[in-house]
Amino acid sequence: MVKEIERAGIPVVHLATIIPISLTIGANRIVPAVSIPHPLGNPKLSYKESKELRKELVGRAFKALQTEVDGQTVFEN
Amino acid sequence: MSKIKVVHYINNFFANIGGEEKADVPPEIREGKIGPGLALESSLGEEYEIVATAICGDSYFGENIEEAKETLMGMIEKYDPDLFVAGPAFNAGRYGTACGTMAKEVEEKLNIPVITGMYSENPGVDLFKQDIHIIETSISAAGMRKAMKKIADLGDKMVKEEEILSPQEEGYFERGIRVNYFNDVRGSKRAVDMLIKKMKKEEYNTEYPMPVFDRVDPMPAIKDLSKIKVALVTSGGVVPQGNPDKIESSSATKYGIYDISNLESMKKDDFMTIHGGYDRAFVTENPNLVVPLDVMREYEEEGVIGELADYFVTTTGTGTSVGNAKGFGEEFSKKLVEDGVGAVLLTST
Repeated sequence: MVKEIERAGIPVVHLATIIPISLTIGANRIVPAVSIPHPLGNPKLSYKESKELRKELVGRAFKALQTEVDGQTVFEN
Repeated sequence: MSKIKVVHYINNFFANIGGEEKADVPPEIREGKIGPGLALESSLGEEYEIVATAICGDSYFGENIEEAKETLMGMIEKYDPDLFVAGPAFNAGRYGTACGTMAKEVEEKLNIPVITGMYSENPGVDLFKQDIHIIETSISAAGMRKAMKKIADLGDKMVKEEEILSPQEEGYFERGIRVNYFNDVRGSKRAVDMLIKKMKKEEYNTEYPMPVFDRVDPMPAIKDLSKIKVALVTSGGVVPQGNPDKIESSSATKYGIYDISNLESMKKDDFMTIHGGYDRAFVTENPNLVVPLDVMREYEEEGVIGELADYFVTTTGTGTSVGNAKGFGEEFSKKLVEDGVGAVLLTST
């Protein structure tokens, strides 16, 4: 789905936990997520902290969208 | 004359122990054949006997690979087999991984022929096709008899050390091994013949296939995100409560587009997850963990993004075929373009 969105001409960021799979399917901009059952947040943290973590990950996705890339790039921070 | 000894490996499901609720059963071995072993033994013929069937739950294997491998190996070794057959696993990913792992291990430790079978999209194929012979099967167990026939035919050849023919002829996945042979026609003539066929637009078979990489070039960076409409897409299976479009919990054949225009956050009373491939407890409690609507609204408010699209797009990623996923993507991307969406965040579990 990531590839088809990009093929249609829309810049896309893949927020995913299993980076090797994201690379295999051909995502170009990748932001590593937290964990399979809770990709954007962490239930072990307080509600507020978990939400802040989510905001940071989404912010990183925005940064990825505004960064030129030559090929597949993982945005670790 | 004593028979050629076969040990067969199967999972909880094919051993009739149970389905997903029994996927955590630890390794065991039983004398004789069980379930698909019947078809295997009859395909192999009278010279062969399945002396034992090794069994392990798919989740148990997946979560304890090293330990399960060692335990099963100890059990299999005792029967001193001449041939090891695993599965076939069809499109079951964890089962395919287990079959591949065990076949590779038995080949390395016991130095006997090993063989398994899988559907082409089983992740076990890419993981193990270079190490072992994997017969290409249908997607489901409906193709058991056909698969077992091919497995038995190739297994029999391996035991008798007969020449193994090409992947096309024997029905196994290409292993990336080149075999030297003498051709009656020299290379230059074959190349020219091929070129002529190509120019005539006739069918021809390359002797050196190139790997296929379906890659899409990255889009240029967005200059000013504050003017862009952003949409959320997910393969994490979050849907409105009650799953109105009945999207499957695995192997999805459809996706959904759901309105969020009047919502500030993904409330657990409004949304649920139907994804069958992860523990749903956390997302059930807070669907924003997969569809980050709450923080997107904040970014929208702060003017970081132009606006958030009125809907999100969702399906279940687990077990869904590449063909279906590609089809969904092609279809909903047209809508995204029509609706003026300029960027997408796609979340996967």
